[in-house]
Amino acid sequence: MTAASLSVDRPSGVSPRRPAVASNAVVGMAIFLAAEVMFFGALISAFTITRISTPGAWPPPGQPRLPIEATAVNTGVLLASGVALYFAHRQSALSARRAAKMLGVALGLGAAFVLFQGWEWVGLIREGLTMRSGPAGSYFYLLVGAHALHAVAGLIALGVARARALRDALAPGFFTATRLYWFFVVGLWPVLYWRVYL
Amino acid sequence: MSNAPHEEGWVKKYLWSTDHKIIGFQYLFTGMAMALLGGFFAYAFRMQLGFPGKSVPGYGLVSPNEYNALVTNHGTIMIFWFAMPVLIAAFGNFLIPLMIGCDDMVFPRLNRLSYQIFLLSAVILIASFFVPGGAFGGAWTAYPPLSAKHQYSLTPAGATFWLLAVALEFVAFLMGGINFVTTVMNSRAPGMKWHQIPVVIWMIVVASIVFMASVGPLVAGAVMLLFDQQFGTGFYDPVRGGDPILWQHLFWFFGHPEVYVVLLPAVGIVIDVIAVFARKKVFAYKTVLYTAFATGILSFFVWAHHQFVAGIDPRMANVFTATTVLISVPIAEMIFVTIATLYGGSIRLTTPMLWALAFVAEFLIGGVTGIYLGSSGSDIYFHDTYFVLAHFHYTFVPIAVIGSFAGVTYWFPKMFGKMLDEKLGKLHFWATIIPFNFIFIPLFITGAAGDHRRIHDYSRFPDLARADLQNLRAIATVATVAMLVAQVIFFYNFFKSMKSGKRAGNNPWNANTLEWSAASPPPHGNFEVLPTVYRGPYEYSAPGRESDFWPQDEPPDGETEPAQEAAE
Repeated sequence: MTAASLSVDRPSGVSPRRPAVASNAVVGMAIFLAAEVMFFGALISAFTITRISTPGAWPPPGQPRLPIEATAVNTGVLLASGVALYFAHRQSALSARRAAKMLGVALGLGAAFVLFQGWEWVGLIREGLTMRSGPAGSYFYLLVGAHALHAVAGLIALGVARARALRDALAPGFFTATRLYWFFVVGLWPVLYWRVYL
Repeated sequence: MSNAPHEEGWVKKYLWSTDHKIIGFQYLFTGMAMALLGGFFAYAFRMQLGFPGKSVPGYGLVSPNEYNALVTNHGTIMIFWFAMPVLIAAFGNFLIPLMIGCDDMVFPRLNRLSYQIFLLSAVILIASFFVPGGAFGGAWTAYPPLSAKHQYSLTPAGATFWLLAVALEFVAFLMGGINFVTTVMNSRAPGMKWHQIPVVIWMIVVASIVFMASVGPLVAGAVMLLFDQQFGTGFYDPVRGGDPILWQHLFWFFGHPEVYVVLLPAVGIVIDVIAVFARKKVFAYKTVLYTAFATGILSFFVWAHHQFVAGIDPRMANVFTATTVLISVPIAEMIFVTIATLYGGSIRLTTPMLWALAFVAEFLIGGVTGIYLGSSGSDIYFHDTYFVLAHFHYTFVPIAVIGSFAGVTYWFPKMFGKMLDEKLGKLHFWATIIPFNFIFIPLFITGAAGDHRRIHDYSRFPDLARADLQNLRAIATVATVAMLVAQVIFFYNFFKSMKSGKRAGNNPWNANTLEWSAASPPPHGNFEVLPTVYRGPYEYSAPGRESDFWPQDEPPDGETEPAQEAAE
């Protein structure tokens, strides 16, 4: 929550009248991410069921292969972005400016990941893998696209966090929520890579 | 954090507010308006069923396509735009901060956004009646391929509008749920331990958690259905390698927990009301909590009992029969708790108490008939008949209608500072309850005789177009009209009492929970001094005390008022 939302006379339950088990930001984001886990869990299960019940090889013959090696490298890029964010938090205790720098690194690596995925999509579409070319294509774009949308939302949050850190106005609640969310996006990707690509 | 009155414009106060009470009212009034719409739909299609082929007064002739759209949207509205907003969002928003003793939700702006998205979703649903092809008519369960292909559903735009509205509604409730759970975790009054939280708050929290854990798969399924409708994918199309049963799994993985999402808050309201008007401590408070948790967990393992005839593996059907019968154990336990609370109490038959008692009696019928349907063997016979319909109306009407009336009549003095008229309240109670039974008991009979749901006109089915069955259908229709007309009494009482009812003090029912120590209606910020809690919520008729209630925030004898600094 921004400073503006805590403006003078608006009551809100944040008044610390008892020690909280975990801050509002952590609890709220954790609940949201639990719902997200169920969302992606359903997508992955739906894909797995369809994949298992399709007779013959997967992906079905005539469909383009997915770029396994290049995406493995890209997976590393995203993981590095998560590590950078971890260090941004550690730096934030010392100096907001250094935290902003590490946030910039995390943002850059994350953006590189999304751009590379987009470039990969362009190639695959050229080779004939589309939403309509069969279950393999439909599920590929659905799962990877859902993750990409989450990643873009995370990049926006990282950008806002970085701008606020530069002004030394990064609220701890917002930073915590952003970190939790980005760690979810980063941690989810290897699972998707394993289920969809391998 | 001053409670000084400050002037705000009407828009800012009522439409753009972050005050949890105003948001609760927004949900309450929107939910009641949608309930009227859903009731009107029921009137139109029940008239067609009771008196087929005749023009319905106030509607006109009901064509087969319109019939499908009316039935579909009746179900959709009553569950997603009436039961959910009133039972969870309205009561949750209004009650949580007041009953746990804080001044607002922890994420007030998220709360405001939640209602705005909810309102948008309602507008989209209503708009779906005015698009080419008309509103979606593929049942509230929206099974593909009927829902996925326009050439089957005949509602190219309506089906997508319906799906969008439902998806947006879920986003709204996700935001609300995050708020509810976080607020109850972190903002309780000092001294309020987990077993001193009123049951209704616990129930709303458990329901929110169940909702948020189950809604993800349905959103995933809805996205896939949307793609099938609009972008030509084949997720649910068997010809193209998809799987139509997959939707049923994703839908019911959400859809059955959803039953408990609306049931639990209603049970919570009923238990709170019964404790107050039996002037007795809730029997086995902790058991209620544990059964609520057990219900929440079990509710994730019963969904496929909706699919016994969908071609699922019979071994799987056995498992789901067992879990379904098992879940009636915690529910029965909650019903027993209400009865045990009544036992030996000094019962006051106020209007809210009548509603609470009616809930127990009527829900029991819904619960018992559910056992026939949860057993895969008998379900194959009863599947898709009016028996199923009568069963789930005997669960949903007690939950959504009776539970809401219990809550509204009980908290009305706190909400608006005035008392409802008891005479009119009791008249409305009987005028609702009696027709309700006359609607659905006949439908159990027609259902057992083989009346299939989703039939617009039985005249083409010689086995079902019999005079005895038609008479039962007509009785149900007349009772539906009577029940709907009775609601005029409620609305008259509601708005008249709001304007000119007897002034309610802070605590007209002599109740213990924290909301009754705030002013009626509570001001912006709720409490003059934020309360501190010293005991559980149900200390009624405590031995050795003169008064038969003991407010949670009353300091124990011999102790002085707590220092102000704790609150400010």
